[in-house]
Amino acid sequence: MSGYTAVTPDDLRVMLEAIGVESIDELFSSIPEGVRLKTPIDLPPGLPEQAVFAELRELAARNVSADDEITFLGAGMYDHYVPSIVDMLMTRSEFLTPYTPYQPEISQGGLQVMFEYQTAISELTGLPVSNASLYEGPSAVGAAAYLAKLSNKRTQHVVSRGVHPHSRETLQTLAAGYGTSVDEIGLDDGVTDLDALRDALSDEVGAVIIQQPNFLGAIEDVEAIAALAHEHDAPVICAADPLTLGVLEAPGNQGADVVVGEGQTLGNRLDFGGPSFGFFAATEAHLRRMPGRIAGETSDADGRRGFVLTLQTREQHIRREKATSNICTSQALNALAGVVYLSWLGRRGIVEIGELMLQRTHYARETLAALDGVHKLHDRPVVREFALRLDARVDRVLDRCADAHINAGFALSRSYDEYADGLLVAITEQRSRADIDRLADVLGEAVAAERTASEARA
Amino acid sequence: MSALEGGSTAQQRERATTIFEKGSPGRRAFVAPELDVPQVDGLIPDASRRAEPPRLPEASEPEIVRHYVNLSKRNFDLDSGFYPLGSCTMKHNPRLHERVAGLSGHARLHPLQDPRRAQGALELMFNLQQALGEIAGLPHVSLQPSAGSHGELAGVLLTRAYHADRGEQRTKVLTPDSAHGTNPATVTMAGYEVVKVALDAAGGVDLDDLRSKTDDQVACLMLTNPSTLGIFDPNIEQIAQVVHEAGATLYYDGANLNAIMGYSRPGNMGFDIVHFNLHKTFTQPHGGGGPGAGPIAVSERIEPFLPRPQVVRRESVNGSSAALFELDHERPKSIGKLRGFQGNYGVFVRTWAYILSLGAEGLKDVSEVAVLNANYLLARLREEVGEHLPLAFGERCMHEFVLTGAPMKQELGIRTLDLAKRLLDHGMHPPTVYFPLVVDEALLVEPTETETRETLDAFVDAIAAIVAEAADDPEIARNAPYTTPVRRLDEAGAAKRPRVREVLDA
Repeated sequence: MSGYTAVTPDDLRVMLEAIGVESIDELFSSIPEGVRLKTPIDLPPGLPEQAVFAELRELAARNVSADDEITFLGAGMYDHYVPSIVDMLMTRSEFLTPYTPYQPEISQGGLQVMFEYQTAISELTGLPVSNASLYEGPSAVGAAAYLAKLSNKRTQHVVSRGVHPHSRETLQTLAAGYGTSVDEIGLDDGVTDLDALRDALSDEVGAVIIQQPNFLGAIEDVEAIAALAHEHDAPVICAADPLTLGVLEAPGNQGADVVVGEGQTLGNRLDFGGPSFGFFAATEAHLRRMPGRIAGETSDADGRRGFVLTLQTREQHIRREKATSNICTSQALNALAGVVYLSWLGRRGIVEIGELMLQRTHYARETLAALDGVHKLHDRPVVREFALRLDARVDRVLDRCADAHINAGFALSRSYDEYADGLLVAITEQRSRADIDRLADVLGEAVAAERTASEARA
Repeated sequence: MSALEGGSTAQQRERATTIFEKGSPGRRAFVAPELDVPQVDGLIPDASRRAEPPRLPEASEPEIVRHYVNLSKRNFDLDSGFYPLGSCTMKHNPRLHERVAGLSGHARLHPLQDPRRAQGALELMFNLQQALGEIAGLPHVSLQPSAGSHGELAGVLLTRAYHADRGEQRTKVLTPDSAHGTNPATVTMAGYEVVKVALDAAGGVDLDDLRSKTDDQVACLMLTNPSTLGIFDPNIEQIAQVVHEAGATLYYDGANLNAIMGYSRPGNMGFDIVHFNLHKTFTQPHGGGGPGAGPIAVSERIEPFLPRPQVVRRESVNGSSAALFELDHERPKSIGKLRGFQGNYGVFVRTWAYILSLGAEGLKDVSEVAVLNANYLLARLREEVGEHLPLAFGERCMHEFVLTGAPMKQELGIRTLDLAKRLLDHGMHPPTVYFPLVVDEALLVEPTETETRETLDAFVDAIAAIVAEAADDPEIARNAPYTTPVRRLDEAGAAKRPRVREVLDA
């Protein structure tokens, strides 16, 4: 017996008697003999709490976390500071332990949080309607493409290679199911190639998918892309980094029809990739096709202001096979972290943190590109991340930096054959000038050492 | 009760105001780190520079804290009271899990960290894959799907890839009438047509109907066992045979796995693909509706198609050092990725802590007590209110059961909805209502293993009191609740004129 169940021998006697059986085993008699487990599950015996804690601590100690090195690794998730009030509110029982607010009278807290979250996302993205969140970023991109498919029934998606590789791959996986082709548009000096996009567009294209800033950190011309797509009535889906939207124009104000993205940068931990949340905002026309939960305002029997889950006729539990998505939850707790973080940051803070990243990113890019054997991969404006080219094997350079407790970034060869010598470097408000200068020292030495070593090998 | 006499509670008298209505221009909680590099102007082209900042709140930290703490008090939660929400497995969430998931080696680990510097995380994931495979009786596991519905989508896409690899193009997926709504919704998203299978008189799959609908166009049968009626299908072996003879796959919706651990395994029943709900069976906190995780376990023939990447264990080359855990992206037949990175790792940490705490015997104890509690609650309810709220199917149940409120509606004039709303005044979360759809006025009750006999008895007392009260005056339940922060809400009005965000001043 574990400490989580509570049946004493006396309880058991009373309970079996009330049921009218002799033993617990009898309650399982409907399971046919042929499918019964003949031996116990092959797992070790249970452990006391302190032993479990020790085991999990030991596993944690064998990871190199963002506390153990100075990290410039981003590529979709970023080492931002999470304020203490986020932890405090996320661990409150009242937010942590309920389920989806099926009974709105006793779920006003969670429902109002969703409503506030939707308002904040709507403000950030420049679009009038937001849902209460989806699983995470790349699957939100996939969900947006499916929404486009439902709305116009066209047979082709066009996606920029500036979109996160995981988003593109997720899109391919899902589109293979509902029978839509996915064609990629290459990059020209770091941004989506507008000529190639123009050539690829036709009335068969049901969605144009881009990312802002794109995977190489570059700022895309969303307005120009939207203008091209709209000539063919193709909706534009823009994946965006929400923490850059204090300084970058909202994609919704530049013609994007759907804006989605990874919410981790808004008060969520790295957690080796999840859980976080995906956000999803759209134009009014798409409201009744949106996936996932949506909170709406209403009033109670006495006229009090209140909140409910609304537009549920879109959803699977009512519409079943005709639903607009199979998603039946949000990432409510992670979205709570998101809206608490945005409230903490505030109207001025969202601009200040964007400006700080912008300035430090510029400083880091210029400082690193001045090193011997280090070049800018593209010259486009960037906000929080930038791509470099190294005159040395990137994986070996990264190992040398790791020895000095610096994580210099993401080797682009992990996702792009065309950038075998590419390194993607991310900056957050946690990386000071001193950290950047240290990176410059270590990276410069590593590149020099690796060039010497490779010459020696040759 | 004062509310019945026209009084109101302090919470009811307070108008709901959002964080956007609080604070004042100029207030802040965030203090930015100083700009320690030379300021350069014009880094963003004018056309891309945001013209007007987003209208986020302007509030001090104390205001923000008070706002959200007060909001939290307008929620009911599992730590405060009984939550027998059928099909959702609202079991106790051990706080140990939050503590270990919060350790910086887990919580502050970047998902793209070099695998050689994330060995603890990869070993945890590998061991969890092994354990879930053992619990399912299916050897190959992908942890990637983020929810049950996501696992379902993975399962149907795996089926598509499996048939395509054999040169087959099938068009239909079977689901029983009692299925979760996610099943048919998933089928459509994966490009198949849904074909419904009828239930027999005992609430199981109607074998004759199944046989008549299973042909070479059927790709898959999606099944929950025990079903959403809380009944273990005694014909499961015949069902598996029919499906496999037609060359289709058998998919197990793991929503009800809490009923059978240590007694049976989906693999033993002939299933090819299973999804787990780590937020149900393995007690990831539900968080107000997420996060969760929906890993899948599959049979040998489905394995080549699993999502990328898989966590694998490589034995050391020279035998002197420990084995190395890696992410295997080279999977040529894979359906691809379903999301970013490797899945909801924070959920895996909690699940692994739970499995270590319980072990094999503890997991069996979970299912035994879950089934015991459900049957005890069922027996007590039948004794007290069985005439008005009879069991919809059969005599006993597994970990949950479905009552029908149809006699109560006819005889006492209150609906299942009214009963549920009146339960709120008793400080309990109502069971799932109006699901499964095949039962009129359904009430789906799942007490879980972590509730005490005293709590179950108190629930019986509350239901009996509501039924007795309704016999006297049905209006009381029809207008309930009275004591909650708000009373019954106008849901139809909300859908008719959607207001999905706060209106803000410029």
